[in-house]
Amino acid sequence: MNQGEKEEYLRDYAVLKSQGKPFFPYAVAKDAAMAAVVMVVIISLSLVLGAELGPKANPTTTTYTPRPEWYFFFLFELLRVIKPPSFTGLAMIGIPTVCLILLILLPFYDRGPERRPERRPIATLTGIFVIAAMAYLTYQGANAGSPTSIDLKTPPAVMQQGPAVVAQFNAGRQVAAQSGCLACHKIGDNGNDGPGPPLKDIGTRLPAQAIARTLTNPTSPMPPFQECGTQGPGQSAVSCLPPQKFNALVYFLSHLKSK
Amino acid sequence: MRLPKLPAPPLPAALRPKPPRPGTANGPVGRIDAAREAGTTAVDWVDERTSLSGGMRWLMFRKVPKGTNWFYTLGSATMFAFLSQAVTGVFLAMYYDPSPTHAYESARYITNEAFLGAFVRGMHKWGSSMMLILIFLHMGRTFFFGAYKYPRELNWVIGVVLLVLTLMMALTGYLLPFDQRSYWASVVAVNINGSGPLVGPYLADFLRAGPDFTATTLSRFYAIHMLLIPGAIAALIGAHLYLVAKLGTTAPPWLKAEPESDLRTTEA
Ligand code: HEC
Ligand code: HEM
Repeated sequence: MNQGEKEEYLRDYAVLKSQGKPFFPYAVAKDAAMAAVVMVVIISLSLVLGAELGPKANPTTTTYTPRPEWYFFFLFELLRVIKPPSFTGLAMIGIPTVCLILLILLPFYDRGPERRPERRPIATLTGIFVIAAMAYLTYQGANAGSPTSIDLKTPPAVMQQGPAVVAQFNAGRQVAAQSGCLACHKIGDNGNDGPGPPLKDIGTRLPAQAIARTLTNPTSPMPPFQECGTQGPGQSAVSCLPPQKFNALVYFLSHLKSK
Repeated sequence: MRLPKLPAPPLPAALRPKPPRPGTANGPVGRIDAAREAGTTAVDWVDERTSLSGGMRWLMFRKVPKGTNWFYTLGSATMFAFLSQAVTGVFLAMYYDPSPTHAYESARYITNEAFLGAFVRGMHKWGSSMMLILIFLHMGRTFFFGAYKYPRELNWVIGVVLLVLTLMMALTGYLLPFDQRSYWASVVAVNINGSGPLVGPYLADFLRAGPDFTATTLSRFYAIHMLLIPGAIAALIGAHLYLVAKLGTTAPPWLKAEPESDLRTTEA
């Protein structure tokens, strides 16, 4: 807007304002009615749906998959959809940050004098698109299966050893997926990149025994995962895996190798 | 032509008629009258010492433009949801204990035992959803009405900061009941934060109070959730509303001001 357009706007606005009604009581009455509606909705939601309290937080359990509050679904889903392999960290935070900067600077790059939505097609369509995208992502996020699957191809080296071994590998993959490792580790395309290192090629770095040792006796913050019945005195017995599952997990991890 | 004034007859002072004292023209002020005027008197008393009435008149009797409709109630509805959160939050804080060993127990006590505890917790929980929905609707309204344009740019900027702060309220509040859901969601959220560029790791360390999720993390989230951010939100709502009152709310964009001559006849 140039100076002339600014002055014209202020003049028009002064006229429209002088033709309006006083804030009190006219606008106040509407606001109060709306506030009453808000109150009724909040109270009804509280009475009907209440607030549940799940089981107590247990940093050592591993079968829990994190799920955010619904209004963050779109963000989580966005992070899942955009997964450029190399700079995930940047994409995860970078994209929302860029969106936020674009949002906050909006009045500084959209400076045209026009205000009617139908005469600002770019702004209006962008707005509608963003709302639709957020609604879609929220819907997807609400319906998405919990991130308890690891989509990794069974490596050919394992394939060659016959169905029994493949079954062992797949069982291990399932244990890993269900044990909450993905909260801290990235395995292939799944899971969070951090605080733990990605496990995609852990088999190249560590032999099976070392992996088993890491699991039973990890460095903080990783919680220990023990074979049931092997805990020493004083060790937490909160989470343990049956030996069969524990071995499958170790087998799975030790066969994640970079080619 | 003025007549010369005659001197008063030389009566002794005691016999001269008393001129009425100021304020007694309609008879003496009785207690009933004083009681009837108590409200005004009290307001006058305060106003004499604070001069608030000018500001109140400026705030309450400013005009809202022609065509102001229900969409314009969304901002104040957001503020109302925030106030509801503040009130229910105070009641929750009376019972809540932000230590990792007691947090869950206190949340359980609120939910199952405290008088109306589950109700107040439910209001706080659903109130947060309501506030977020309302803030998004309000933002949508100002966006589609072009209300962020000159001269209200600053109000939009303050609004976006309020939006971010509100989202941070939701994030920090989610950990407090300390059940499985809240714990693991927060671990992941903070980790995601930590993977961000530049400030990411520092922000994550600040939130966690160190490199790991520890006992202090919970009390830190609590302090941020119930002191730091609400204070900032309240202050920024103040600034937001000051600008709203100062600049006036926009008229709906499709209204055109009628020519001046019309104005003169309607004003007359
Ligand atoms: C609370 C987060 C967390 C969870 C959950 C977790 N880890 Fe870890 N893990 C870590 C961290 C952090 C390290 C790095 C420790 C170090 O630097 O010594 C690590 C290290 C490891 C290592 C050694 C990696 C290397 O390169 O030396 C393996 C193997 C491992 N984790 C496997 C698992 C498996 C399998 C699971 C699931 C059963 C799991 N982790 C769950 C945080 C976690
Ligand atoms: C805590 C959150 C917020 C509160 C309590 C709040 C409150 C209000 C109120 C009461 C008004 C008066 C007009 C109306 O109700 O529509 C207003 C106007 C406005 N708000 Fe907000 N608001 C909040 C967040 C936001 C956000 C997130 C944005 C946008 C990013 C925003 C941008 C604006 C703008 C541009 C105006 C001027 C609108 C006009 O003049 O027509 N506000 N706000």
